[in-house]
Formats: sequence, structure tokens, C-alpha cells
Amino acid sequence: MNFPILSSITLLPILGAIFILIFNNKTNENKNVIYVSLFTSVMTLFLAIFLWYVFDKSSSEFQFVEEKNWISGYIKFKFGIDGISILFIVLTAFITPICVISCINSVKNRLKEFLIAILFLESFMIGVFCSLDLVVFYLFFEAGLIPMFLIIGIWGGPKRVYAAFKFFLFTLLGSVLMLVAIISIYWITGTTDLTEIFVIKIPVEYQYVLWLAFFSSFAVKMPMWPVHTWLPDAHVEAPTAGSVILAAILLKMAGYGFLRFSIGMFPVASEYFVPLIFTLSVIAIIYTSLVALMQEDMKKLIAYSSVAHMGFVTLGIFTFTKQGIEGSIFQMLSHGLISAALFLCVGVVYDRVHSRLIGSYGGLVNILPKYSLVFAVFMLGAIGLPGTSGFVGEILVLLGVFQKNFLVAILASIGVILGAAYMLWLYKRVILGRLEKKELTELKDLNLSEGLMLFLLAGLTLFLGFYPNLILDTIHVSVDKLINDYQMNLILNTVK
Amino acid sequence: MENINLFLPEIFLVLTILATLMIGVFFKNSYNLVTKIVYGILVSLILIILNSFDESFKLFSDSYTSNSFTNFFKILILIGTFFILIITQKFIKENKINNFEYPVVLLLSVLGMFIMISANDLILFYLGLELQSLALYILASLDRNNLKSNEAGLKYFILSALASGLLLYGCSLLYGFTSSTNFDVIGLKANTKNLGAIFAMVFILVGLAFKISAVPFHMWTPDVYEGAPSSVTSFFAVVPKVAGIAVFIRFMQIPFNQLADHWQTILIFISLASMILGAVAAIGQTNIKRLIAYSSIGHIGFALAGISTNSVSGYSSSIVYISIYVVMNLGIFACIFLMKRDGKYCENLKDLSGISKHHPILSISLLIILFSLAGIPPFAGFFAKFYIFMSVIESKMYTLAIMGLLSTVISAFYYLRIIKIIYFDDVNKPFDKFKDLGISTTLLLSSLILATFFVYPSYLNILVKTLIIN
Repeated sequence: MNFPILSSITLLPILGAIFILIFNNKTNENKNVIYVSLFTSVMTLFLAIFLWYVFDKSSSEFQFVEEKNWISGYIKFKFGIDGISILFIVLTAFITPICVISCINSVKNRLKEFLIAILFLESFMIGVFCSLDLVVFYLFFEAGLIPMFLIIGIWGGPKRVYAAFKFFLFTLLGSVLMLVAIISIYWITGTTDLTEIFVIKIPVEYQYVLWLAFFSSFAVKMPMWPVHTWLPDAHVEAPTAGSVILAAILLKMAGYGFLRFSIGMFPVASEYFVPLIFTLSVIAIIYTSLVALMQEDMKKLIAYSSVAHMGFVTLGIFTFTKQGIEGSIFQMLSHGLISAALFLCVGVVYDRVHSRLIGSYGGLVNILPKYSLVFAVFMLGAIGLPGTSGFVGEILVLLGVFQKNFLVAILASIGVILGAAYMLWLYKRVILGRLEKKELTELKDLNLSEGLMLFLLAGLTLFLGFYPNLILDTIHVSVDKLINDYQMNLILNTVK
Repeated sequence: MENINLFLPEIFLVLTILATLMIGVFFKNSYNLVTKIVYGILVSLILIILNSFDESFKLFSDSYTSNSFTNFFKILILIGTFFILIITQKFIKENKINNFEYPVVLLLSVLGMFIMISANDLILFYLGLELQSLALYILASLDRNNLKSNEAGLKYFILSALASGLLLYGCSLLYGFTSSTNFDVIGLKANTKNLGAIFAMVFILVGLAFKISAVPFHMWTPDVYEGAPSSVTSFFAVVPKVAGIAVFIRFMQIPFNQLADHWQTILIFISLASMILGAVAAIGQTNIKRLIAYSSIGHIGFALAGISTNSVSGYSSSIVYISIYVVMNLGIFACIFLMKRDGKYCENLKDLSGISKHHPILSISLLIILFSLAGIPPFAGFFAKFYIFMSVIESKMYTLAIMGLLSTVISAFYYLRIIKIIYFDDVNKPFDKFKDLGISTTLLLSSLILATFFVYPSYLNILVKTLIIN
């Protein structure tokens, strides 16, 4: 197929944004802007699903490869996807329309600019998952900072400036080291094309330093303990749609980066640094779960729970077992849905009461039955109850970890229990009990747009919990290849 | 006679400068007329140079050289001057500094830069340098009723004269130890065994570093930028830097070719110091012109990092860098000339507070330019830095690369601060609405180039590489 479908899917949201920018209709402005952006993002979703449908699941090669001379003499513009990246593209394309819908209720001023920023962000995120060239990847990875910075800074809460700066500078600091590493790779191997690097292989003596440089970027983005501190701030201050994108997709870019770049390019170093990753992940899981227990702000609680869940992802990736890696991919996708939904749930009550503090709620089940139902689904999903998508990811990861390191697995399982503790306690304090606060009695239950988003997400969470093969079928072959290549490289290295 | 034809741009410039001076003297209120003529001169000069772009030759017993490299820089200078003249018109008229001398002196300094770039001989080089510097002193104190402008001019004159003195001392030492003033001959004789030549090289480097305001010879920059009228500051921030970088490259490539080991260490230090100081010192600034002064010091540091690699890719990367720098600075100065409130031009960062509400297009352009200055992809500024670090890492100078990139993170902070003021802060009174085709075209052109550069980023690079190889 010669049609450049990946470029089109990447460019489509930007086109929509430019359309909004240029055609400025004064009457019914907000309505039209929402329609246009909804239309663009839904079209992108259809394209992504179509892509998933025509994607050949039995092949481990990169598909729909597009190649173009870009920085001539140096770097080619290369796009292509395999079984891992296609799912993240679908996730991105799925979350964006939900964000657009959520804006109807939550964004009151400068809606037009907000939607433009969201659409640009979507393009950049899809670009990250499509790129097969390190420089192209870096370009999209960094470009995503700009719209997110603006989203937090313009539409955020009272401490938004601090949060936006922290978010931007933390991520930038991590990524510039990655840029040095990328350029060094170019001078070591003569190319930044990922598929060629896999063939040429980076000499072992360079791998350790380069791995650390990439790690510095991904660890900040993931975020791993101890560089996670930007995340709670960013989440608390960001508007609902911003939190949703941040939790659902931006964090996944790091996990994807570990899978695609760290393991693929630096197998020896990855093996070498496993203890580091395991230690940091276990600390993240237990420490942030304990911190989450103490939170009084709902968004902050969910943000800390994200750090803990991402700890499972890094654990799973660095087991290098089939269960572990598939589990982390599944965990990332399921966390993408569940955390997005949880932030939307917080957004729903925040729009009505304008408070995120747990203490200002209680007994919502008496007046908001529908809301309490979907919240329960997501809460259970976050705990990892069987039957929800959260369970599949966690059990696979733990299966992988038990093969590698018993102690780490036990500690991680303690994290699961702590996770149940803070989520259930949150649910109890916000939803259950008697309705005692007078100002809450007037609340209305979910309206059409909120109900649409949340029930869709709840349905998917349950569906993936009962039928995980939808995802696993797509990634089996690619993950096999990843692990085979990895082990081949290790064997080759010891032979030398 | 043929040779004279090759010298055409300079001859044309001299004659037209004299003619416009006469016109200015004999016609009353001739500012508008002279400006229009100067536009014409600039455009026709670009055409003249383009006409013989690829011809390469040496004149006057090898003391003057012209090739595609010098022509590229001359065109860059002309384009910069042209747009600066356009964006400063309104400011000049409203501040009543519309003396007809302004465009003429501008041309004189351009002439000085032409000679400086093309010089292949120390004496000719010094003449060109002094011509442009003298013109710049006059420009700095153009607003003669303003105390600050006078102070800026005087400060610039004294410090710059000192630097010229050092440079001249270096030149004479170089002549003493190599017995020639010709660049090519010096290049042959100034080798690492020639201690006097190394000594002379240090003096010349100091003089040159002063002219492009690299640390530790940058002290004059913030004061002069702030004191001089904005119209002149915009010229200072763009055009002399281009010429300075060109001269730097020519000196490093030809006369000091064999001394590379020695000047590389010096340049690495200067470039690191400039990057770090430019990043750190700009954080506390509240005046936008002072801030641009520090940011330009930082940018010069990056351009010098490319030169310090002493490789073809390094030289071309710093040429690309300085070209993109010109585009970015033209854009940001166009914004400054739009910042007028109640009939007064604003210079404080606070005045930008919340302007995104009333001036969406201005703030979007500023957003693009500032992110580009910070070197965030996908804007052109990222590619400029990318090429620099490509060549720096190619030469295995990892410390320089890592320090440079860390300083971009620090400098990102103050660029973000401006964006924060524009977008996040409370709404201030809107600026005066006025239409000025020149300023808005420049602004849009600049932000359009910066935003779409990523589509085909290698065009400039290929062009520049062929220049160096020639």
C-alpha cells in the first residue's frame, strides 16, 4: 500500500486545528469549534481503527513504512508501526475525542485555543508512536511539551505557573541528555534509523552511558521515583482534559520508549541495569502508595497511584519475559483507560462543586447513583479486581517478576494491597456513607456527554478484563521478536 | 578594468552613500526620500551580489577576496539591514529621531562590514572593522537629547576603542612575526612553533570576541542595548553579529589555520562561558532589551561552539545558526515595535502581561519565536542547535555538548517566563492598535519561517556546506 496512512493520521489533527484557527465564525463560535474538533478527532479514531484492522498481526516486521529524505545526508524521515505501537496509536486516538467532549462542561474560557492545543498534542503524540527514527522521535517527544505547557499554564488551577514550569523544565532536562545520546549514536553507527541500528548494533562499551542518557529522559517522563515530583503538581493544576491526556498517553510515551529504544538498542546495558530499575520500581510502588493513602486531594491521590502503576510497568518491561512485557503493555493501555476515567470522574464533581478535596464530599451515592456506579467500576479497575482490565496487566507482570526475582515480586504484591487500601478508602469517603453536607444536595447526576464518556470507558474496562486477547493477539508476535532479539544479543555478547 | 567590475558591490555602495548624503543635505526634510533610496540601494545590492554569487577571485595583490562564502554573508547582512529599516520606520518617526543621517550611517556600517568580511589582508580588515565600528558609535548615540543614548554611545566607543587597540596590537605582532599582512602568507608562516604568532592570535581573538560580545568581553552589551534607541538596538543585535561570525570563521580558517590546537581551547572556553552567562544572567532581567542582550550573548556562545570544532560541519553549523538567529531576532524586534501603549513604546516585560487576550496573532508569533529561541522542536531554533551539537559531538567534545544543552534548559526558563507573562498572567490594558504593513509582514514572515522550517530543514545546510567547501 503506497498511501502514506501514518503521515495522514499524524497530520489530520493538525489540519483540524489549522481549520479552527483560520475559520473564525463569530456566531455560535464555541459550538462550531467543538463540532470541528470532535469531527477531526473521531475521524482520526476511525483511521486508527482501520489501521488496526488492516494491520498484519502475524508479522513481526514494521508495517506501513514510510521513508523520505529529510535532513539530507544525515537523517531520513521514517515512519512505521509494529504490534506494540499500533495499540498506543489507537489509545491516543480514542482518548482525544473523550477529552474534546469533556471540554464542553469543564472549559469556560478560550475554548477555541484549548481545542487547538489538544489537537496539536494529539498529532505530536501519534507522531511519537509512529517514528522509526531517533531524531524524528525526539522531535515529536519534545514538541508535545509546548501544548501541554500551555494547557496547564493557561487553564490550570491556582498554582498552575509553578506546575507548568516544573513539568516543562523537568522533562526538558531529561530529554536534552537523550539528545546528546541520539547524536552520539549517529556518530557511532552512522545512522539514527532504528531498524538499521538493530542490525548494526551499538558496541557494548558505549551502551551503558547511552542507556543512562535515555533512562534520564524516560524516567522523568514515566515518572519513576525520585523524579516523579512534577507529576502530582502537574495533575492537580491541569484542567481535567489535560490530566486525562497526561495520565493516559504522555506517561505511556516513556514506557514505549523503554520497550522500543532501551531494550532494542542497548540489550547488554538493559540487563546490567535491571537491579537499578527493580529497586526504583519497588520503591515507587510502595512509597507512592503510602503517600497516596495520606492525600486529601483526589487528583493528587490518583496522580500518586499513577506513579505506582507505572512502577509495575517498568518492573514488567525489565523482566524480559513474555508475560512481563505483555503484562506491562496491557497495564499501560488499561491504565490509560482507567486513570483517564478516574480523572474524568474527579472532573465531573469538580465542575459542580469546585473542590477536589476529599473532605468536601461524602455520601454521593444517595444523589448520584449513575456516577457512583461508574466510579465503582474504575475504582475496582485501578485496584486490579478480576474482571477488569487492571487485573490482567497486574497478574501478567507479577507472573513475569516471580520468574526473575522472588523478593521483588513479593514487595510488588504488597503494593497491590496498598493500592486496594487507598482506592477503597477514597471511594468510601467520597461516595459511600450518609449525605451530610448541605451544599451537595442540589447536585445533578451525569449529563449526556459525561455519561457517554464514562460509560464508554467503563464498558471498555470490563470488556478488556473479560477478553484481553483483543490486545494480546496484536502484540504476541512483536513481543516475541523483541525478546528473541534481546536474548540473541546477550548470547552474542557473552560469546565475544 | 575587468577587476573593477568584480569589486562592484563596494564601489556601488560608496558612490550611492555619497550621493544620498548629498540629497540629504540639499533637500529639506529629506528623511523619507533618503530612506526610500536606501531601500532601493539595498535591494539592488542584493541583486548585484546574487548576479555573481559563485565567482571567486582575489583582487589588489590578494588583499581582497570575494567568493560564495563572503557573498552569502553579505546577502545576509543586506537582508537583515533591509528588514530592520522596515520595522524601525514608525518608531523613528514617532520618537523624532528621523534625521536623514540614520539610513546613510547604516549603509556606512554595512560598507565597513563588507570590507571586513572580504578582507584578505590585515590592514584592509582593520579599515573595514573601524569603519563599521565608527558608524555604530554614531548610531548608538543617535538620540542625542537622550542622556541614556549618549551614555550608551560613549560607553560603546571607549570600550570598543580599547578592544580595537588590542586587536591592532595583535595585528602588528602578527606582522612582526610573519613579515606579512596577507592572510594566506600568515597562514603559511603562523605555525605552532611561532610563539609570537600565537601571542598575536590571542590579542586578535580578544578584539574579535569583543565585537561579537562574547564572554568575558560582553560587559558593554546590556548597557548599550538598553541605552540606544530600540531602532538601533535591533540593528546591533542582528547585523554586526553576522559580520563578526563571518570574520571569526575567516580568521580561523585562513591565517590561524595551523594554530587550531591553540585557538580551539580558547574558543571552547569563550563559547561555554557565553552560553552559561547568557542563560543565567538573563533570568533576573525585567527590561526586554537587556534580556535580548543576554540572550544574544548566549546565542553567540552556541555559534562559537560550532566554530570551535574546526571542521567543515562545525563551520557550516554555525553559519546556519547565525542565519536562523537573524530570522528569530528580526521577529522579536518586530514584536517590540508593536508594543506601544498610550503613545509610548514599552520596554518592560511586565507590559506584556496577558496580551494574548487582546492580541492573539502577536502572542502566537511571539510564542513561536520564543520557543524557537529556546531551541524546542519543531521550530527552527531546534535545528540550529541540533546542527551545532551534531558537529560538536562529531569532534568528541562531550563536555561542551552537555554543558551547552544544560544551558539551553536554563535559558528555556526565562523564555518560558516571557510566555508565562504573555499567556498566564492577568490581562493588562491592550496595546495601541495601529497598522504597519512592514512590521506585521516581517513578524509573520519570521514566525512562518521558524514554524515551517522542519518540513525541509536541510536546504540551508546544503547551501552553506557548498560555501565552506569552496
